[in-house]
Parts: sequence; C-alpha cells; structure tokens
Amino acid sequence: MPNIISLKNINKVYGQNTANPTQVLFDLSLSFEESTFNSIIGQSGSGKSTLLNILGTLDKATSGDVIINNKNTQQMSKNELSSLRNESIGFIFQFHYLLPEFTALENVLMPYRISKKQITKEVQDRAEELLEIVGLTKVKNNLAINMSGGQQQRVAIARALINNPKIILADEPTGNLDSDSTEQVYELLREINKRYQTTFIIITHDRHIAEKADRIVEIKDGRIHLDISKA
Amino acid sequence: MRLAIQIAWRFLSSAKRQTLVIILGISVGVSVQVFIGSLISGLQESLVDSTIGSSSHITVLSNNEDNLFISDYQAIMDDIDSNNDQITVLSPAVDLGGILEKGELKKEVFFRGFNFTEANQIYKFDDKLTEGSSMPDALNEIILGKTLQTDLDLSIGDTIDIEINGAYRTLTVVGFFDFNVAVINKTWGIGTLETLQDVIGSNQVTSIEMQIKEVFDAEALALTLDENLSSNDLVTKNWMTENQELLSGLSGQSISSLMIQVFVIISVVLGISSVLAITVMQKSKQIGILKAMGIQDRDASLVFLSEGFILGIFGAIGGVLLGLGLSYSFTTFALNPDGTPVVPLNIDGGFIFLSGMIALVASTLASLIPAIKSSKLTVIEVIRNA
Repeated sequence: MPNIISLKNINKVYGQNTANPTQVLFDLSLSFEESTFNSIIGQSGSGKSTLLNILGTLDKATSGDVIINNKNTQQMSKNELSSLRNESIGFIFQFHYLLPEFTALENVLMPYRISKKQITKEVQDRAEELLEIVGLTKVKNNLAINMSGGQQQRVAIARALINNPKIILADEPTGNLDSDSTEQVYELLREINKRYQTTFIIITHDRHIAEKADRIVEIKDGRIHLDISKA
Repeated sequence: MRLAIQIAWRFLSSAKRQTLVIILGISVGVSVQVFIGSLISGLQESLVDSTIGSSSHITVLSNNEDNLFISDYQAIMDDIDSNNDQITVLSPAVDLGGILEKGELKKEVFFRGFNFTEANQIYKFDDKLTEGSSMPDALNEIILGKTLQTDLDLSIGDTIDIEINGAYRTLTVVGFFDFNVAVINKTWGIGTLETLQDVIGSNQVTSIEMQIKEVFDAEALALTLDENLSSNDLVTKNWMTENQELLSGLSGQSISSLMIQVFVIISVVLGISSVLAITVMQKSKQIGILKAMGIQDRDASLVFLSEGFILGIFGAIGGVLLGLGLSYSFTTFALNPDGTPVVPLNIDGGFIFLSGMIALVASTLASLIPAIKSSKLTVIEVIRNA
C-alpha cells in the first residue's frame, strides 16, 4: 500500500526566540499507509498532540517535511493549506467543537459548504446517511447546543466524513465519553474505515482502545518509542 | 460570501439580546443625527424665511446723489428679467421720505408706492393687514402701520395731509398693517405707485426690488447685475451684504450641527467596534473549528464584516424610524399658543437617506478591526486555549 501521509525529520521547538526554548519533537520520521487504522499513544507531554496537529497542517514544524498525497505542505500558502484540509482531512477533536449556533445536519454539511460548492440533493442525502450511520437521524434538526456529549461527538464524526476525506485525524475522540459510548464510537470508526477505506490516525491514552488498531505507535519524549503493526 | 453572511446571521440571531442592544445603540445614534440635522436645518430655514421671506433680496437703486430716480425702469426690468431665470418677482417702487400731518400732530413717514400685483408677492400684504383694512387700489389712498395708528389715533376712512419734497396732498386712510417689525409699523406709509408718482409729478421710480429662487445666491447674482447696470448709473444692494451677522450666525450653527453629527458617528463606530471585538473573542472557538475545516481567512473576516453590515442595516432603519418618530412628536407636542410648532423641522428625505447610509458604512468599517483579528486567529491558538 502507498503512503498517504509522511513526516520526514520533523523537529518542533516552542518559544524559539525566548531564553528557554522547549523542543517537543526530535527528528521524527513516520509514514502511514492508505486505508489503515492507526493509533498513537503516549503520556501527556510526550508530544503526540503536537504531532497530530503537524500531521493535520494546523501547526507548522520548525524543520522537516510533511508530505500529504505526495505533496510537500511546508511550502504551501495558508489558503492552499485550508483547501487541502477541507478536501483531504477530517478532524475529530476531544472537545467535539461543533458550531453551537447550527443544527446537527448543518454542522455536518459545514465542511462541504466551506468548499463553496452548491448543496445538491446528493450531498444532502449523504449528510443524512452519515447521520444515520452515527445513529442521530432523530435529532438531526436539533441545535448542537441541545445535544449530549456523546451525540455531539458522533455529529463531529459525521462532519469529518462529509467531504470524503482520505485521512481522518482524531485527538482523544472519546476522551470525555463514558466507556459504553467510547466502545460505540470506536466500533463506528472501524466500520467507517472498512466501508470508505478512510485512513485513521487516532491519538488515545487508552491502551485497551489502542490495541484494536492495525498499528500502534508510541511516542515518548518527542521520539518514536514503539511501532507495532499487527500481522 | 453567502456562507459568511449566513454564519454572521446565525451568530447574531443566537445572541439576540446582545444583538438588539448593539442595534439600539446604532439606532439612537442615527436618530439623534436625523433629529439634530432636521432641527437645525428647519431652524435655519425658518430664520432665513422670517428675516428675508417678506423683503427684497436684491434692490436696484440710483447711484447718482443728485437724481434718485430711475427713468427708463420698465426697459431695465425687462432686461433683467430676460437675462436671469433665477428671479421670481420684479417689483418697481417709489420710496420717498416726507411729513404726515393729522391736526396738530406731525410725523416723519417713509412713503412707499407699489404695483401691488408684484409687490404683494414680496411683502404678502394680505397677511399683514389688520381687521377691517383693505388694500389701497385707487389714487390718493394709503395704508399705515399700526403704531402710527395709535400714535395719531386714526381709524379707517380718516383723511390725512402729507408733504413730500414741497408737494402737498390729502389722502384717505383705507387700512392699517402689522409687519411685526417696530420700525416699519412706525414709519411706513404705503400707497399705489400711481399715487406716489402723482404726488411727485413724475412717472419714474426710485428702486426695483426682486426676490430670487435660491436666496443664498443673492450676493453673486447682485454682482453680475452690477456689471450690467453700471452704465445706467445704477447699483444694487442685496440682503446678504446687509445681514452679515445673520450669515455668520447661520454658518456657526451649521458647523456645530455638523460637529454633533460627526461625534455621534464616532461614538457609534467605537461602540460597534468594541462590541464586535468582544464577539470575536466569544466566537474564537467557532472560528478555530471553521479554520480547521478549511475556511479561508478571507471568508472568516467576511463573517464579521457581514455582522457589521447587518447591524448597520437594522441600526439605520431603526434609527431613521426613531428619528422620524422623535421629530413627529416634537412638531406635534411642542407647539406655540397658535398651534404652530415651536421649531418647524425640515424633514429632508435625502438627508435622512444619507444619515442611514453613513451609519451603514460606519458600522461596516467598525467591523474591520474585528474582521482582521478573526482572519489572524489560528486554529492552534484556539485548540491550545480550549
């Protein structure tokens, strides 16, 4: 399988121009293959969230290259990066980050509307289908603010999928959910991975969850500590 | 663009109370502007009208001290009339000082002879006659001011003797007038042009009076008339050079009115700007997630520009309505004893539209700083500060 996303010799230093710069990532190189289900684990402060933000082009590496879809993102303008994120990457954050002023359905459609394409019947149907997959058809017209944490997280998952992205980056997607909801959400993500061949990179601190992934990467002190792939 | 407006609309409508307060703030500013503007321009209009509405704007006089008469006045009037489309009334007059006698009493009187068809358009005598009076329309009839009436104890139908330049005549008083100006009520005696011409034994006049459409063009128009009339030994005088103090008072008023309006706009702009700047902070989470989903910085700024624009539209509409309501109640409830408004407001559609547009532009401009702020916000800042 070809690589969908690769990091090459990534260094990340915070507060570079201050007296005490802190280096978080050290010469880190890592690649993920298409359609795989990966997890990144590590203690808090290990640099895993920074790694994910750099993978998602939300943060810039101090040095090194991020290659997505065979394109080096380090030289891209802010607008090019925005378009790349919009088309190729779906994000699921620990704090679901829905737009509270909009309904579940509107939130799901938002990445599509940001791409400035006309809302067609197909897209509308797809949004409803995604909401059905995450089990929220009944509450699709509720404002995000009037939904439970678990429901909001599932809306965020549907939203991450609307533009058919090749990659989904998730940072502790079940961090604030109870264990039942956590189980449901993971099964959902696995199902989507099978169904749409979407590449998943998921940060978690829960080893039990991480073990369900095809590959586990452990980050420790800004370096790769372990990299295990299931046969 | 459409997405930005829709997001802006949703942001505004999800915080209804805050939105209403901002709109109310803009509305109050606009209404003050509309009200003050209408008030000052109404004040000025009524002041100018009461000062010169019933008098000659430009008067043509003889420049020759030995001969106060204008001989060929009809030709001069025709000439002025055909060369200037600004002029609304041209009225010839014979003005001469003389003595009025009633029994033992003598008074100095300024006798004026008019063609009333024209002169009435300038002086509106019909409104100024006291009860029972009629206009002099035959030879040897005269009307006098009401002060002169009480001073000499006259009544309608009395006869009086006058002397002008050594010529004597007996005239019949057919009425009295009240110009609300002490000097006129005390000294003017008005008859027909023919009566005065008959007394002096000449068919000439001493002045040609006129009113024009745009009263503030009087000085310029008088200058061009002067150039054409100088060959005839004639000069003009106009109301503007004779009322310099009024003019400087008016321009002082205009400037202070403008200052009030400018400061009202500035305070509106500062108000909107600071409230929207807070909104950017409130909505930074939303902007962050929109940016993570790939919204372009330009569109993120457009959200806040749209908010400013939407607030401006509602603020302007609300402000115009409020301003008109305020003006209406002012003209309805602040009345003189005779039922006329204390200050007649000048409701000018163009001015009101302009005030609304200024508010709209100002609110959009006020959202510029928040818009720039939101375009600079990065996803990573939002995620880290969550």
